Amino acid sequence: MRVQEKIIEGLLWLSAAITVLVTASIIWVLLSESVQFFSEVSIVRFLTEKEWTPLFAEKKFGIMPLVAGTFLTTAIAIAVALPIGLTIAIYLNEYAHARFKTFIKPLLEVLATIPTVVYGFFALTVVTPFLQSFIPGLAGFNALSAGIVMGVMIIPMISSLSEDAISAVPRSLREAAYGMGSTRLQTAFGVMVPAASSGILVSVILAISRAVGETMIVAIAAGQQPRLTLNPLVPIETITTYIVQVSMGDVPHGSLEYRTIFAAGMTLFVFTFLLNNLSFWIKKKYQEKYD
Amino acid sequence: MTNSEKNRLKDKAFQVFGIFCTFIGLVVLAIFLIDIVIEGIGRIDWDFLTSLPSRRAARAGILTAWAGTLWILVLSALIAFPLGIAAGIYLEEYAKKTKLSDFLEINIANLAGVPSIIYGLLGLELFVRFMHLGPVLLVGALTLSLLILPIVIVTTREAIKAVPRTIRDGSFALGASKWQTVWNQVLPASFGGILTGVILALSRAVGEAAPLIVIGALAYVPFVPSSPMDEFTVLPIQIFNWTSRPQAAFLTNAAAAIIVLLLITFLLNGIAVYLRHRQQKKIKW
Repeated sequence: MRVQEKIIEGLLWLSAAITVLVTASIIWVLLSESVQFFSEVSIVRFLTEKEWTPLFAEKKFGIMPLVAGTFLTTAIAIAVALPIGLTIAIYLNEYAHARFKTFIKPLLEVLATIPTVVYGFFALTVVTPFLQSFIPGLAGFNALSAGIVMGVMIIPMISSLSEDAISAVPRSLREAAYGMGSTRLQTAFGVMVPAASSGILVSVILAISRAVGETMIVAIAAGQQPRLTLNPLVPIETITTYIVQVSMGDVPHGSLEYRTIFAAGMTLFVFTFLLNNLSFWIKKKYQEKYD
Repeated sequence: MTNSEKNRLKDKAFQVFGIFCTFIGLVVLAIFLIDIVIEGIGRIDWDFLTSLPSRRAARAGILTAWAGTLWILVLSALIAFPLGIAAGIYLEEYAKKTKLSDFLEINIANLAGVPSIIYGLLGLELFVRFMHLGPVLLVGALTLSLLILPIVIVTTREAIKAVPRTIRDGSFALGASKWQTVWNQVLPASFGGILTGVILALSRAVGEAAPLIVIGALAYVPFVPSSPMDEFTVLPIQIFNWTSRPQAAFLTNAAAAIIVLLLITFLLNGIAVYLRHRQQKKIKW
């Protein structure tokens, strides 16, 4: 009996330990291939060259155009999702009836369950033609419509996390504001949002991290032309799209071209890892404590 | 206008803006779904569901794609379900509050934030190159299982946490061992919640294209996979492939395939919502 209990506990422990193994494998895979990549291409070239053309005859290995593309689509997505998501969070907390809230929250979550390849189709075939009708210079592939659609996708992420943060602020603070004669709007922006600021910040950081790693929307709608630009109207390429582009072609395993996707993946991993841990740190350090 | 009137006006204005924001996302979604249905519904017929892929849009079907998606769904469930639940049980019921369990927790939170395409790179290097398995169903399912493992673990823990202390104490008082308590009391009581989480995680896996493209799954697979060691394609990859072609007829195909994919996703989510609802109604501690 005791032996059996110990064996079961051991197996359960093993299952939990596998998660550490997964992290270790990810880091090992990215590092080992990147190290070989950087033995052929200096890290200075990688960080400072202004062109990314590893698949061409004349190879340039500057990651900056891919980073710029990723940054651009992410910035557009956040510019769409933050104002809308935060307004929804405030509206549901300060204005809406409890019954409306329980009805609308699952509906908003539907936005997050749609597969991203479907959003990509939407960006390419609906949003881009629509935007082209009043932005004449808009190319068929562009960062703008990919970013906007990505923003729609992450609205529920910002709204639900921010809403949790705002509803964790104690009632007494809200009632004190009302007692001073504030309107709901003044209460929201004068008291509730500042009190929940760390939680709202965490929601935004996690949304950024999600947008940086998003692949299919940008692969379908933003183009495959690495370009060091902040112009949202022209085709660009993100880090994730580049990895997809190489995976679709027939680059031989073990070649320098093959290793570029691991160097690009390493860059992506570092970004999202830093963002995620920044959010954990803020959550732990600045968690508002009320009694 | 007095100051107070101005403030009240601003308050009202924000209320209208709030309603607008709440519905804008849903309106966009509705426009989008209607657009897809109009474009694709006419293309869905028995032939479309039972035909192999083809270079000619009018003859192409999604048989191999949805068969691959079902294979991936079942295999990922078989791998991620036991592994995730076991890890969740360990962390919630067995692990003591030590530095190590803190580390495990942060690690799982980190894994949940790793972009899906990175899991593709992991699968490519670990399973395809290192273990020489090739871009087969088993590799796709393993890769996606690792991707959804953190979600399964987190939801398992939450479901287990909701089981009150008294249930465990009662079981221990009757002389049950730790594992007997977990197996006979805690798991049955939390199973609805766990199942909900697993199904939501699987619906995420069904919609993923990026990691499978990276491990080398192809868009053109002219046969239905018959074992986990066969090459495969899935609906999201087929949709991506058709969307990337210039001819309008392929876009229609993509829209039709999207309808099928969305039906599968919504079905899974519907089951999850139903289970959660039933669980909440049934159990009152």
